[in-house]
Amino acid sequence: MKGPASTLRAELIGLYGVVERNVYLTRRYWVWEFAFFIWTIANTLTIVFIAKGVEASGVSIDVNRQATILLVGGVIWSYLGIIFEILTETVAWERWEGTIEYTFMAPLSRIVHLGGMGVFAIIYGVVRSALLFGVVAFFFNLTMPNADFLAALFVLAVASISFMGLGMMTAVLPLISPEKGAQLGFIAQGMLLVVSGIYYPVSVLPEPMQWLAKISPATYALEGIRDAILEGRGVSQMWGEIVPLFIIGIITIPLGMAIFDRGERYAKQHGKLKRSG
Amino acid sequence: MSRIEPRNLHLTQISPEAPAVEVRDLTKRFRKGKRIRRFGPRIMNTVLDRVTFTVERGECIAILGQNGSGKSTLVRLLSTLLINDGGSAHVFGFDVFTEPRNVRRLVNRVSVEASFFKKMSANENLSYAARFYGMRSEETKRAIPEILDRVGFPNARLNDSMEHLSRGMQQKVALARALLTSPVLLLLDEPTTGLDPRSKLEVQEFIAKVRFEHDATVILCTHDMNEAEKLADRIGILDEGVLLVLEPAEDLKRRYEADTLEAAFFAATGKSLEEDEAEVDDD
Repeated sequence: MKGPASTLRAELIGLYGVVERNVYLTRRYWVWEFAFFIWTIANTLTIVFIAKGVEASGVSIDVNRQATILLVGGVIWSYLGIIFEILTETVAWERWEGTIEYTFMAPLSRIVHLGGMGVFAIIYGVVRSALLFGVVAFFFNLTMPNADFLAALFVLAVASISFMGLGMMTAVLPLISPEKGAQLGFIAQGMLLVVSGIYYPVSVLPEPMQWLAKISPATYALEGIRDAILEGRGVSQMWGEIVPLFIIGIITIPLGMAIFDRGERYAKQHGKLKRSG
Repeated sequence: MSRIEPRNLHLTQISPEAPAVEVRDLTKRFRKGKRIRRFGPRIMNTVLDRVTFTVERGECIAILGQNGSGKSTLVRLLSTLLINDGGSAHVFGFDVFTEPRNVRRLVNRVSVEASFFKKMSANENLSYAARFYGMRSEETKRAIPEILDRVGFPNARLNDSMEHLSRGMQQKVALARALLTSPVLLLLDEPTTGLDPRSKLEVQEFIAKVRFEHDATVILCTHDMNEAEKLADRIGILDEGVLLVLEPAEDLKRRYEADTLEAAFFAATGKSLEEDEAEVDDD
């Protein structure tokens, strides 16, 4: 075999290739991307309007603060959706196009293949989430005088490691069940967010769900980003969120890979890589 | 075109004594339907049954068989896309099932269906495939138009999305994709099925040319007797997962006392290839 440097170079080119392909597809489907973005804005507006609704019902609240809390929840929901969707497409889209066998017989390691999908998902997700945040904040004329957006971005970046690991676990589902696997990814996303305090504090959850919240990376991501935007806390003041996110990330990436590898072996054993439909 | 080494693997690192392909008692079974009883054993369908053969370097063999005979399963096993249930397979001395990454660097494939990202252009699809084999942008910018030109694909259509190309053109792009990575073993799974006569002839001529110019070993699975006779050094008959015979066309005809390959196939299997020629192989 060639040396490690040459192998690493080939792997990096492969990773670039995965990102490049996703850029091509995003460009070709830009009208659809725009339509989905409009849908996400509508969805997030619906959620943020709840703060206005509560005020209208006579309850005295800080609407600006509550609306920002809900906005962060809505944006993280959307971001997580993008990460899961793109990673699930690793298998689902290629299976549908019939290219999956060509991709899986190429000499690229699976970690780099999935890593390339993850890198694109993070870049695309950050851009779309930032746009979403800006559009909705502008719509409600929200003010965030203390916001430390760089710190919020840093928390999101660290959280993305865990999100990628979880996405790898769901990416394998279309290999096991070509018909329903992709939909199961949405269930996993929903399960993760119900325990993570997306629109309400984790403290309102029953005890067993609060325990689940402790191992959900979304919990720490939401807490950290809200603290950075509302309280202006910097990175050095958020180790309580960043350290758990690192630990969960270190666990979920190899776990996600191991699960994907097992799923791939299952698919190769039972002939499920082949295109159907 | 000059001889190109397979991506990321020095030819000197391939065992000089090893044949291109060595398959011994290769067996593959798939689940068939549900269990008869709850918790009872599953019914298994043996798709390949102790298949044994060797292909020498630079040789072209054709495998003839009806739909469901196991041709595509054989190609998928050699492409590292399936895990065997018995036996072994080596490609240039590398074990297909324990050293898949080494095998992947040496092999590429063209199947009956030219599968691509349909919204992407030929150029984009080929770039994507090439990156997986370590080809940089500078290399693909030069190599893609060159290889497409060789397969007779008009350069003016390089940036048209695949969905706007005819079936014949798509198959030429599929051939270009396989050759772009300079494989030393080319697995062709009915590459001309469904093509119009002119495209079929062009693809066949290109396969013959590539074999000699490129010094590639070729395994061709086909329904087409003429294609097999024209391109292959030896012809194998695969029937219900069993490789009945693999020898030169003339020996095959002599063995079955037949004037034509069709008659030899019928004598060997009791079946005719024409029966399912119109169908798409889905074994």
